[in-house]
Amino acid sequence: MKCSEFLQELTNYLDGVIDARTKSELEDHLAWCHNCYVVCDTTKKTIEIYRDSQLYELPDDLRSRLRSAIMAKCQKKKAGPEKV
Amino acid sequence: MGTIQPKVSEPVSDELALVQSAKGGDVAAFEELVKRYDRNVFRIAQHITQNREDAEDVVQDAFLKAYQNLEQFQGQSKFYTWLVRIAVNEALMRLRRRRPERMVSLDEDVKTEDDSVPREVADWAPNPEQLYNQSELKDILTRTIQGLPPGFRTVFVLRDVEGLSTEEAAEALDLSIPAVKSRLLRARLQLRERLSRYFQKRNGGDGKQ
Repeated sequence: MKCSEFLQELTNYLDGVIDARTKSELEDHLAWCHNCYVVCDTTKKTIEIYRDSQLYELPDDLRSRLRSAIMAKCQKKKAGPEKV
Repeated sequence: MGTIQPKVSEPVSDELALVQSAKGGDVAAFEELVKRYDRNVFRIAQHITQNREDAEDVVQDAFLKAYQNLEQFQGQSKFYTWLVRIAVNEALMRLRRRRPERMVSLDEDVKTEDDSVPREVADWAPNPEQLYNQSELKDILTRTIQGLPPGFRTVFVLRDVEGLSTEEAAEALDLSIPAVKSRLLRARLQLRERLSRYFQKRNGGDGKQ
């Protein structure tokens, strides 16, 4: 397996959506190719860091302000859709 | 090396009932749906627009649009996926408005060529996020994701931050599954490459490479 082939499968590998045979080929490659090992490991860390970062959390005060605005507009638009 | 564990998204069995009530004019039922997903919609909108005001507008407009078009929601997909689709479109529209000079599209050139194979790969420090304090780290992560093309960061935020499945992301973005996968790969690799600048193992004392 070439490094480019490894990379093509990286997303499936990290997401755990590959068949057993491809997985073992990828892991054979990882065992000897240090570059791909590092890419794989640090890509996984990249995802985890972003996922755990709490970037762009919605602050409580803004949250309630937005919700009030949304609900006020919905009330206005409530043109009574009678049929379900 | 383990796989990424997706964020747990609890099944919402009462959701269809809420949607049905909201369709029947029950505004309180709709408010429940807003409470359930406003944080997610805000996060997605802010990731795409990279602008706080726009993200606030997207949250309002997306929920309002969803409310007005509830009749069109047939329940074949999750309500959340349907809502995300509306929110992504609103966010991209605002981004286009703000950056008319640059084409903003989900269909950017995403050919995956051999040149995406990183040549020199520096390993990262063992706990890279601990190299910085929380606000420095947030700053690094924000600047890094801002540098990605909108089409890439949209796929990344849906799949890796919000935990949508490939199929759900494809549906929300109106893309094919291979297109989602290829954008996700490029997004992940580009972010990794850019973060390496901050997180790589430091030789000696000065940390500069």
